[in-house]
Amino acid sequence: MKKLVVIGAGMASGRALEHLLEAAPDTYEITLFNAEPRGNYNRIMLSPVLSGEKTYEEIVTHDDAWYVANGVTTRFGEKVARIDRDRKVVVSETGDELAYDKLLIATGSNPFIVPLPGHDLDGVIAYRDLEDTNRMIDASGIPGAKAVVIGGGLLGLEAAAGLRLRGMDVTVIHIMGHLMDRQLDAAAGYLLRKALVDRGIKVMCSANSKEIRGEDGKVRALLLEDGTELPCDLLVMAVGIRPNVALGKEAGLAVGRAIHVDDQMVTSDPDILAVGECVEHQGAIFGLVAPLYDQAKVVAQTLLGEDATFVQRQVSTKLKVTGCDLFSAGDFADGEGREDIVFRDPARGVYKRLVIEKDKVIGAVMYGDTADGNWFYGLIKDGADISEMRETLIFGPAFQGGAAADPMAAVAALPPEAEICGCNGVCKGQIVDAIANGAADLGAVRAVTKASASCGSCTGLVEQVLAVTLGDAFQLPASQPMCGCTELTHEDVRRLIKAQELKSMPAVWQELGWKTKDGCHVCRPALNFYLLADWPLEYTDDPQSRFINERKHANIQKDGTFSVVPRMWGGITNPAELRAIADAAEKYDVPTVKVTGGQRIDLLGVKSEDLPFIWADLNAAGLVSGHAYSKGLRTVKTCVGTDHCRFGTQDSTGLGIKLEKALWGSWTPHKVKLAVSGCPRNCAEATCKDVGVVCVDSGYQIGVGGAAGMDVKETQPLALVPTEQEAIDMTVAFVQLYRENAKYLDRPYKWIAKVGLDWVKDQIVADPDNRQALIDRFAVSQSVYQKDPWAEHAAERAETYTPIANLTLEAAE
Amino acid sequence: MTDWIDIGPLDAISPRGARVVKTRAGCVAVFRTGDDRVYALDNTCPHRGGPLAEGIIHGASVTCPLHNWVFDLETGIAKGADSGSVATHPARVEDGRIYLDLSQLESRKAA
Repeated sequence: MKKLVVIGAGMASGRALEHLLEAAPDTYEITLFNAEPRGNYNRIMLSPVLSGEKTYEEIVTHDDAWYVANGVTTRFGEKVARIDRDRKVVVSETGDELAYDKLLIATGSNPFIVPLPGHDLDGVIAYRDLEDTNRMIDASGIPGAKAVVIGGGLLGLEAAAGLRLRGMDVTVIHIMGHLMDRQLDAAAGYLLRKALVDRGIKVMCSANSKEIRGEDGKVRALLLEDGTELPCDLLVMAVGIRPNVALGKEAGLAVGRAIHVDDQMVTSDPDILAVGECVEHQGAIFGLVAPLYDQAKVVAQTLLGEDATFVQRQVSTKLKVTGCDLFSAGDFADGEGREDIVFRDPARGVYKRLVIEKDKVIGAVMYGDTADGNWFYGLIKDGADISEMRETLIFGPAFQGGAAADPMAAVAALPPEAEICGCNGVCKGQIVDAIANGAADLGAVRAVTKASASCGSCTGLVEQVLAVTLGDAFQLPASQPMCGCTELTHEDVRRLIKAQELKSMPAVWQELGWKTKDGCHVCRPALNFYLLADWPLEYTDDPQSRFINERKHANIQKDGTFSVVPRMWGGITNPAELRAIADAAEKYDVPTVKVTGGQRIDLLGVKSEDLPFIWADLNAAGLVSGHAYSKGLRTVKTCVGTDHCRFGTQDSTGLGIKLEKALWGSWTPHKVKLAVSGCPRNCAEATCKDVGVVCVDSGYQIGVGGAAGMDVKETQPLALVPTEQEAIDMTVAFVQLYRENAKYLDRPYKWIAKVGLDWVKDQIVADPDNRQALIDRFAVSQSVYQKDPWAEHAAERAETYTPIANLTLEAAE
Repeated sequence: MTDWIDIGPLDAISPRGARVVKTRAGCVAVFRTGDDRVYALDNTCPHRGGPLAEGIIHGASVTCPLHNWVFDLETGIAKGADSGSVATHPARVEDGRIYLDLSQLESRKAA
């Protein structure tokens, strides 16, 4: 009998042995080495063992009796030290030699350990084998123990879910923007995150680990790049695997990312075969079980001298976390000639997306309802032509006919306790009750519940509740949707972001039933503003959802160059600043230098790649961005007030500077311009500004809602206050009220026309507690957003302003 | 004949972002979509010459920053009511690096 030596008793070699012994039990005398002190078990079922849903005994594939019955000599817990190809022997770690006719390498893979400082501390483990699983089970037995899992992929999430089920406090750290980014798109990743958060797992995406901290040689905490410290007693690294190629490489086999094999699973040595996660076939390596089983079949046939060919095929993924239903298969990236079919059902938390190319399904991502997953997977594998059933494809094989998507699905899906009217604290349930008791139109609902009776921004939602509740008996007034991606108006979206606590773009897209995958140029900037205004601490600003001016912190001009406007607080400057501006203008060949209407200096015609450098020069002289490009605070124009003017009644310049220092850096629905005049002669033209203060002997007249653009509007009086501090408080509270309530791209005068000046006064002037609450919330937002973007971009993002490559130089060389 | 040239790592462009490649025949905008597809188009909008690399990228489309013309990144053709197109160029990603077809860019110059 010929001698076959197998190195590694994992799932791939186990399956290969089964095929081999079944087809020809007497062809080989088999010896099986395994580094782990046990035989083949179903490694992918370790997660249910961790969570306690299965025992180890239940996941054993081959027990001792099986090896005995099949005449396989086992050498478990014994590593192979090297392969001597010339003599055709393997040498074990004990120095024992064993000859082979054929050798099968199935060494699998090793978990990748991120070489963070402290990665060798006790309590830092990978998630790969039964030992790791048992250590996690032991750690979870300590009351109050905390775990951190690095890696939001399949394995990491299964580890997190298992540890949580065992009662641990678990936090998952993921470096990418959404969980399972290799298998899921952002929308499905959002739903998955929500499900995990619901079961008490903390999830932090876009988080970079910096250092593992320990005490007495044991892990104590994980430190993130942003300074957050997460205390933990157990740290699980599940960031990926590396093919275990050491033996093959030392033996001189052809090795790339893994051990090269041909279609018959033979390595560069004709007597050595390889199978499983340690192989590379046509440039691909493998981590999921389905292709490994295909390989196992081929390797067995090759060993028997039969003709067989391994063909790579599409794989599908399912997460083994009870209650999280997700499925992904094929290729679901956007691409040339590819189209999406998207289905969302916010009420059930369902998301399905099919990617179609040339009338074939090439990819599928599903969350919440994966019943049709295998049917779609079949369509992908078979390359079936779906042109005939395209319109109903997304509904699956059981589709019986149905109607077009309901534009009011999002409102219909809201639970009764969802708040509709924020001003008066009215929930959907109260409105539905009012309707049941006879309120049949908006006026009646308002009279009974006060819903939409204050600022009115939830009017559209109240009408939709009426329509959903009354059906055809209610005629919905036509309203303007935000854009082609949704049927909801801006006001509806703002209200729902607050009521449903939607804190990310994918959350909005999913829960509000967006019709496109990632929005459009109309809704994305608006959503970005609503999210950062409502959740300053939780939401991270998305530069890619901003118009170019706000992304590059400069105004784009018609020829693609930019303008640069440094801030001049209250319009005050000095010789040193002017010199720095003049130097910068000369150094960067600025073609036009202009004095603006907002009392500062505009450098026009600066090239994109020069921006970080001109900013660095201006920063060095103490100048910061004037935000002349932003939907945010622009300028505070002032007159010289009591400093020099014989008519001045108050220090208007001083107040202007204080207001600018308080408000700069904040993002608002549209641009905001202020002015402070020192007397009613109003030289600073304060009465046509968004907020204008006119100083008088008795104090400060604050007017709001002025404009001098497309429309010319005079400010309306908000309040007359005796002290400078009160003038600042009123102004800050007004800006925050505007930030929290207005539609994106409505200047304050348009917004006030919708909600009424009386409502604004009620919120700010008549209610000191509410005023203070607005000021406090503004301060929270400023703690995040009041920073000079020029300094930050010049220091950290300068390369994004330059071409990625310059082929004119390349060609010249 | 193709002549793929490595212009840099995929990570140098943000998802839903773009960067410019300078060539002797003008700038080419290289776009990265939300799910890591890469496209190369002439950077100049046919309407008023807006720099497309500065636009907002959504799905496989870009919106010109000057007057909101929307172009399909696959075909270079303007969408909706606007009509016009920009030239597209072969681009691909391999092992995390972006490659453009230099021969195609060079012949464009000759044409």
